[in-house]
Amino acid sequence: MNKPLNKMAVQATINGESTAFLCSPGQVLAEVLRDELELIGTKIGCNTGDCGACSVLVDDRLVCSCLVLAAEVEGKSVQTVEGVANGGELHPVQQKLLEHGGLQCGICTPGVVIAAKALLEHNPDPTEEQARYWLAGNLCRCTGYDKIIRAVLDAAKTMRGEAA
Amino acid sequence: MNAYQEFRMIGSRPVRPDGLDKVTGRARYGADLNMQGQLYGHVVRSPHAHAVIRSIDCSKALAMEGVLAVMTGQDLVEPGNQMLGSGEGAMALKDVVPMVMSQGKVLFHSQAVAAVAATSPELAAQAAQAVEVVYDVLPAVTDVHKALAADAPILHDDRFPDGYPEEPTNLATHISLTVGDPDAAFEKAEVVIEQNYSVPMCHQGYIEPHACVARADAAGRVELWCCTQGHFTVRHYTSAVTGIDLGKIKVTASEIGGGFGGKTTVYLEPLAVILAQKSGRPVKMVMDRGDVFRATGPAPGAETKVKLGATRDGKLIAADVECLMDSGAYNGNPAGIPAFMATACYKLTDARSTGRSVYTNKPKIHAYRAPSIPQVTLGFELAITELAAELGMDPIEFRLLNAVEEGDANMMGAPYNRIGLRECLEVARNHAHYKSAVAEGAGRGVAMGYWINAGMQSSATLNVIADGHVAILTGSPDIGGSRASMALMASEVLGIPFEHIHPKVAATDAVGHTDLTGGSRTTLATGQAVIQAAEQCVAEMCRRAAAEWDVEAGVVTWSQGAAHYGDQSLTFEELASRAGAMGGPLTFSSSLTSTSTAPGFGVHICDAEVDKETGRTTITRYTAIQDAGKAIHPDYVEGQMQGGAVQGIGWALNEEYLYNADGVLENPGFLDYRIPVASDLPFIDAVIVEVPNPLHPFGVKGVGEVPIVPPMPAIAEAVYQSTGVRFRDLPLNPPKIVAALASN
Repeated sequence: MNKPLNKMAVQATINGESTAFLCSPGQVLAEVLRDELELIGTKIGCNTGDCGACSVLVDDRLVCSCLVLAAEVEGKSVQTVEGVANGGELHPVQQKLLEHGGLQCGICTPGVVIAAKALLEHNPDPTEEQARYWLAGNLCRCTGYDKIIRAVLDAAKTMRGEAA
Repeated sequence: MNAYQEFRMIGSRPVRPDGLDKVTGRARYGADLNMQGQLYGHVVRSPHAHAVIRSIDCSKALAMEGVLAVMTGQDLVEPGNQMLGSGEGAMALKDVVPMVMSQGKVLFHSQAVAAVAATSPELAAQAAQAVEVVYDVLPAVTDVHKALAADAPILHDDRFPDGYPEEPTNLATHISLTVGDPDAAFEKAEVVIEQNYSVPMCHQGYIEPHACVARADAAGRVELWCCTQGHFTVRHYTSAVTGIDLGKIKVTASEIGGGFGGKTTVYLEPLAVILAQKSGRPVKMVMDRGDVFRATGPAPGAETKVKLGATRDGKLIAADVECLMDSGAYNGNPAGIPAFMATACYKLTDARSTGRSVYTNKPKIHAYRAPSIPQVTLGFELAITELAAELGMDPIEFRLLNAVEEGDANMMGAPYNRIGLRECLEVARNHAHYKSAVAEGAGRGVAMGYWINAGMQSSATLNVIADGHVAILTGSPDIGGSRASMALMASEVLGIPFEHIHPKVAATDAVGHTDLTGGSRTTLATGQAVIQAAEQCVAEMCRRAAAEWDVEAGVVTWSQGAAHYGDQSLTFEELASRAGAMGGPLTFSSSLTSTSTAPGFGVHICDAEVDKETGRTTITRYTAIQDAGKAIHPDYVEGQMQGGAVQGIGWALNEEYLYNADGVLENPGFLDYRIPVASDLPFIDAVIVEVPNPLHPFGVKGVGEVPIVPPMPAIAEAVYQSTGVRFRDLPLNPPKIVAALASN
């Protein structure tokens, strides 16, 4: 009953770097990112696509990496939370989350960073309601979302070049 | 009088020291550590809610290639009546062991019965399926009333609550307290109301599932890495459950992805340790989300009967509260706290309070933010609101007439010290939210809440670094920004920049014993240990400066991060860099047991609008007002208030454990157990009131528990005001509201 585990070779761009990894056909992207590539910033809260902690961008599309097979990213570009800051320079979403205290335990934060960044690339001037609906797929049990939403709207302002 | 009256740093909002790692993905949580050569553990769980285990055969699993260890409940100690911990958090070992793994009898669905360790997660899962367990299935009971019926299946035939004859029932505990003469007081009451209220069982809903890695060596030493609210508690419980000497276990707390009381015990940790010992390899275990819901402590559901008596002019003179709580399969002691604390917000000299808890075939309940208080407060506060309406009084005015203040006693007997309930009510009455008109079609509710905020044991060590920076070690896992608070408090006392202070959560072998992060005690008690260690540092630096200047130590003063005498001064940095020559390394530790309490109170105002067609309730405006004593880092005080309020909103409107007739949880995932999402909510206006705690040098009280207490009654009242239909049973989900509106 112990069949040898068949591995597939996958070539993808991960956080801007050309990367090759081996995975089994049934393995999801979240698991490979964490266990094979040591990108532990991507969190697994449910494994069913309900909590958003594993949010990543695949070819700039926001997805739950627990619902994507690792083999599906062949030839594609994946961005995780580790690839959001530009060297030592934080992305405005990261910076504003820190300044507003938009995290408590921080387990949802990587997913929030990725999702909010995707929002602001898609819509540079979201209303509060638009931000709330866009982030409705990222569960946070600590903050009540108040400071997260304020941080995201403030980051949008910064990115538009407006004074806070 | 507080030792510190004016503050340089306290009350400011610097970026938290651990923040950078958390926004960039570097922070390591429970499942984020892998050890070389590690195996993966998998738990075999019961498919039945109530059964006797006739046999467990692990031989086929163990024979599989890549499977290196198996275990059952027989590998754990046989528990007697010994107690773990003390005070409200005390638990009997016999109530902890079966939540780790069953020993002979299964009392809830998905209870652990065996575990395996293999070289990959897939293999471990396959091996778990190869474990053969034979059960004699028994009828299950998940409803507290059915569990108390004469023909109910009995979960424990060897447990009898105090004062009951030795015939088996499912009654777990029964506690009754009386002050004064409530019966006589009800005779004098001019208005009496009596109603029943209920709140469902729910889950803490932390986003990070339980996870750990264990390693054991040939000398019998064990190392554990896990996400927990208290790694000293994990060490203690793991030792008690496995029989391994306490001194041979080291526990390191990872970053923790939420707990809210749910990570104050052990589930996987002892299993990983035993599998590591048996296999000789490190073992990693991560709980599946479904199992988090099915097999870790939820918060008890409760039914509360409240009878209140008042005079026509609005004086509350009598109360009788009976709370019936679901304990789950083992004794989680849920009934004592509501019995003691139900009436805590009110001046009542004649009251009776009764709490009972009942065994049912569900996981043993566990702490969830202000454990058991939201449940009883739904009843008590909604009854107060109903009584105020009957008297034709404004709900805040009625509360102001009857709210406790310094010198009043509650059911626990001791009079309150300086508390801030009346101040919160005054702020609420004068708040723009309360003064604003309620939108057409919406309703408004007000309610208040209490938590005791106890101190307990904490330790801190402060090491001065040669360049004038400081490392601070504490034993308190940082669940919501406490490292920022610790650094602020040290910065305040030492007078050096916040950025020069490096707080760290140290492992069990690197800092003194510290009780778990919970009960809103960390900033209060661990913070006090940090303040004391910093004060020792200042005293020693002053002594060294005095020796340098050849003057009495008593004449040297400390300010602005330097020792001063006359026109001479020595800065913190100079004293740090010259420490070796001036008396040796500068290191200070403080440990304490804080036996005092710092009661916290809050008042919430909620506007809600119910869509009469769909039954959906929208919270349109929400204001949380709370006495924090002194807010160390206001962002994280507000964060506690906002997060707690939203947990209460979720419990009021949606969250509920749904069991089928076989005792199987039907909504064990975030899709069907729906916690609030961003689009469900408005901004939560958090108003911090500061009435200093006279027993703390900075005036700190606890903050975290109180904000989950008022939301349910505030929302239930707002829904009543919006619909004209009185709901006393939660959650107020759309089907319930639609059905009630249709029948009216």
